[in-house]
Amino acid sequence: MLSEGSSFMKGMALGGIFCLLLSLLGSFTPGMQSSPEDQHHHHHIKAPTNDELQSLSEPQMVELSQKVRVYCVIMVQPKVLVYWATAKDTWSKHCDQAVFYSSESAKALEAVDLNEQDEWTKLRKALKHAYDNSGDLRWFFVARPTSFAIIENLKYLILAKDANEPFYIGHAMKSGELEYVEYESGIVLSYEALRRLVNVFKDEEKCPERGRALWKLSEEKQLAICLKYTGVFAENGEDTQGKGLFNSKSVSSLIEDGMSKNPLDVVEGCCSDLAITFSGMSPNQMQVMMFGVYRLRPYGHNFHDSLIFFPPEGSDND
Amino acid sequence: MGVDATKNLNSSWEAAVAGGKRCCDWSGPGTTTEVKEEEEEEEEITMKGLSGSRFCFYVGFVVGTLSLYLFLRQVWFERSMELPVLGGIQGSSVAAVAEEKQASDSDNWSVEGAALINLNHPHHTGEDSRVADELYQKVRILCWVMTGPSNLQTKARHVKATWSRHCNVVVFMSSVDDPDFPTVGLGTGEGRDQLYWKTIRAFHYALEHHGNDADWFLKADDDTFVVVDNLRWVLSNHTPEEPLYFGKRFKPYAKQGYMSGGAGYVLSKEALRRFVEGFKTKVCTHTTSVEDLALGQCLEKMGVLAMDSRDTLQRETFHPFVPEHHLTGKFSKSFWYWNYCYYPIVEGPQCCSDLAVSFHYVDAELMYTLEYWTYHLRAYGYRHRYRPPLPQGLVERLAQTERATVGTAGRGTIPAGIIVVGGGNQSKMEAVSYKGAARGGKIPMDNNRTAVTQESQQ
Repeated sequence: MLSEGSSFMKGMALGGIFCLLLSLLGSFTPGMQSSPEDQHHHHHIKAPTNDELQSLSEPQMVELSQKVRVYCVIMVQPKVLVYWATAKDTWSKHCDQAVFYSSESAKALEAVDLNEQDEWTKLRKALKHAYDNSGDLRWFFVARPTSFAIIENLKYLILAKDANEPFYIGHAMKSGELEYVEYESGIVLSYEALRRLVNVFKDEEKCPERGRALWKLSEEKQLAICLKYTGVFAENGEDTQGKGLFNSKSVSSLIEDGMSKNPLDVVEGCCSDLAITFSGMSPNQMQVMMFGVYRLRPYGHNFHDSLIFFPPEGSDND
Repeated sequence: MGVDATKNLNSSWEAAVAGGKRCCDWSGPGTTTEVKEEEEEEEEITMKGLSGSRFCFYVGFVVGTLSLYLFLRQVWFERSMELPVLGGIQGSSVAAVAEEKQASDSDNWSVEGAALINLNHPHHTGEDSRVADELYQKVRILCWVMTGPSNLQTKARHVKATWSRHCNVVVFMSSVDDPDFPTVGLGTGEGRDQLYWKTIRAFHYALEHHGNDADWFLKADDDTFVVVDNLRWVLSNHTPEEPLYFGKRFKPYAKQGYMSGGAGYVLSKEALRRFVEGFKTKVCTHTTSVEDLALGQCLEKMGVLAMDSRDTLQRETFHPFVPEHHLTGKFSKSFWYWNYCYYPIVEGPQCCSDLAVSFHYVDAELMYTLEYWTYHLRAYGYRHRYRPPLPQGLVERLAQTERATVGTAGRGTIPAGIIVVGGGNQSKMEAVSYKGAARGGKIPMDNNRTAVTQESQQ
């Protein structure tokens, strides 16, 4: 009896040591696929803080403010003429250059006619055109006219970022292993990112023009894949509190969510003060947004922002 | 999860021991022994014992591996839980959020009877609200909200959570007392025909209980949204000792017109005194249930002036409909509104002042949306088109306080320099430094634009 018991014990002890050895040698962490640091992989982009801005010298500030100019790539189609017209009459006026890229020409409104129906190919052509025609503009904002963007807040976000570095910013989403920026809430590309993209467009292997034949990926994912090949990764734009700046819903929709999920603090829990995009609004609601963003305010509350942006000429709804 | 793991551990341990016992028992000698066969049995036993103990050894080995694996898994898991999962909201920003979040209600409001006395004018981090704070002290407003028991949770609650927090005093007027909300019970019934009765009693209550707590008395519905700071701006160049009243001015049925009830209207203290006096002397009585018209007619009799509440560009501030309706709607020519408005109707963006005071027919969702647009959402660095001058009385007061604080101005309040950039379609860029500029002076810039260093200008 005793010998059996003791050999059992010996067996157990040896088994335990064996297991320990295995885990130490093979750096095998039971139950965990990767170290915790790897799991938290996605990047966050935040606007510069007040302290950071104040530490800059004047010539530096001047240089920065001159560099942060945005070329807006707005993908339209005659089918949704009213959205096109609304974008033209509202937020796109605040871009340094707003260019409309259409699938086909429309008599009523001016656009670059891409003569193309496929979404991904349209996007490629538009981005290539934007790259070739950007002049000295160094930042690119890609959106559909169903979105509403506050360009000043975008400029604030990218103010201290170098456009010669690759940036691909927006609402970062994850699909399997792929991190991509959601199209509906707007895509921001720095000059360097666009340059690399235009280069990889030439590579039919990595970045085929008609998309991958076997399975049709959405254009936002295609874009992410092509950029990934050039070493550019999606980054999430958020404010100092971690609230997302790029929204694919409208303010009303987000408030509605807040009323059911966070009824004691609806406004605080909703959206950032310096939000950049919203989406899903009707054309009329976009006009109201212009009032809400650029005009409606409580008297006597001032912000000492480090930059001043003038309102565009020839406009009265802002 | 941790508890389960330990349970597993324990149960597997027990199973192991039992298993070990069983296996040993199986190969162990039987309970009965016979002397004759003892030797044989002993031999057999020893033989069986040897293979049995080998077996036990293997079992023990497996069991040991398994149990240590579970143990390690448990340890690793607990370790990983301590590490931060979210990178976004971290240490210092959590503190910032806590700072910005308003302190609990009891710090901000003192409940006196059915009135909520505002102790802390809501502030936003990063903003300079000196002008708003001055106006808060100088132009004290009591807001009373017309509501009823069935609307408390569906409408009045949202008023309480949003714009009414910016009033100096707020009272919710109902037909029934409710100490929890709190509401004042006016002792009337509910319904459209009671509206003027409620109004009469509400104003009487306000003067009696809070005559000294405020200079101006605002009436609003529970579906009216009011930007109280902008109301203070409208009222700032007037004195409450004059008999005045402001609102969305309608023209019919009264010589000087009357103010729309839904869009909200404001009485000066003197106007309120005269209203109450009118009922005492029977000059005014309950004539009709059309509350806004009846009130307007009473005030007219008592010599209270109906004022023009439009901004310096003649744009309306009080609005009887929702923003979308005014900004994008086209009023059909047969709509009653055309015949009612005292001042010419403007359709499109110029319908409404940037410093809008009120909107009506605002549902709960729009209440929060408007609060977000007004007090939260903004375009960074945007220089508004409409920048009216400071109210007269405020210029001197602010200069005084500025002189007092100039020496102690911290780094965070006034930036070292402001760079001016041409926005939108303008290709011209300008950079002007405000550093070292004399306070209150003007800096000439290109294109005949002058920028004033007085931070208090909008």
